[in-house]
Amino acid sequence: MNENLFASFITPMMFGLPLVTLIVLFPSLLFPTSNRLINNRLISLQQWMLQLVSKQMMSIHNTKGQTWALMLMSLILFIGSTNLLGLLPHSFTPTTQLSMNLGMAIPLWAGAVITGFRNKTKASLAHFLPQGTPTPLIPMLVIIETISLFIQPVALAVRLTANITAGHLLIHLIGGATLALMSINTTTALITFIILILLTVLEFAVAMIQAYVFTLLVSLYLHDNT
Amino acid sequence: MASVVPLKEEKLLEVELGELPSWILMRDFTPSGIAGAFQRGYYRYYNEYVNVKRGSIARLSLVLAAYVVFNYRRSHKELKHERPRKYH
Repeated sequence: MNENLFASFITPMMFGLPLVTLIVLFPSLLFPTSNRLINNRLISLQQWMLQLVSKQMMSIHNTKGQTWALMLMSLILFIGSTNLLGLLPHSFTPTTQLSMNLGMAIPLWAGAVITGFRNKTKASLAHFLPQGTPTPLIPMLVIIETISLFIQPVALAVRLTANITAGHLLIHLIGGATLALMSINTTTALITFIILILLTVLEFAVAMIQAYVFTLLVSLYLHDNT
Repeated sequence: MASVVPLKEEKLLEVELGELPSWILMRDFTPSGIAGAFQRGYYRYYNEYVNVKRGSIARLSLVLAAYVVFNYRRSHKELKHERPRKYH
């Protein structure tokens, strides 16, 4: 039972070949590009959604921050499509692997912090000390603020991994429980209903992406433009 | 018996049965040839069913269903032990 539960999170290999590369690249097939003014339905829908999201997210930045628009939009598309494809039966979700989320979180956070330090050194250093602290508390507060700065990328990665993994595990468990209870009535209907609600809530994995990019965005904003 | 078009450029459905072994041997199995075959297949599917003005959701869900079947085949070995049978 324990081995079966975690078997869907193993990196898929076939005959020793890394099949995981193909699975990571698969969502890019679903976002075609086109050079026309009026496109087919798929591309038009995606363009509309992208315009909506980018307007809402990039409006709080100044000119320098808006150069990150392409990066952040492709980030939200990638994480959103990968999480939604992972909800299909038997699929492998790459974002359940901590390695990949750390690989996404650390470079982006480091880029934002280093940009802030290079362009506005005094303002970036001033973030370590909130305004109006009493003088005896200053050393401890600087240490606490430094720790909270360095924990930001780890928090970003672990948040995404834990949320998606926990959701998948819950679906496995409750689905297995439903199947086992099929022979014993009356509880089955209740549990199936709970599965339905859970899946709907899990489709707020898209909200998870929103949380990811938004948190990243807030960090970028604070370090770069303040 | 021999066709009018040279054998190398014939499509599979138009090759005569006696020439099939030589047709298979003449195909291009280099990596760039295989990549070219994937690209052609992708664009055939895309241009016929998705790149039209009012494409339907049926063709896109066919792609997703094929993805599900692909993953099921991949993980069949582990799933075999979860069937409710007495002897696995």
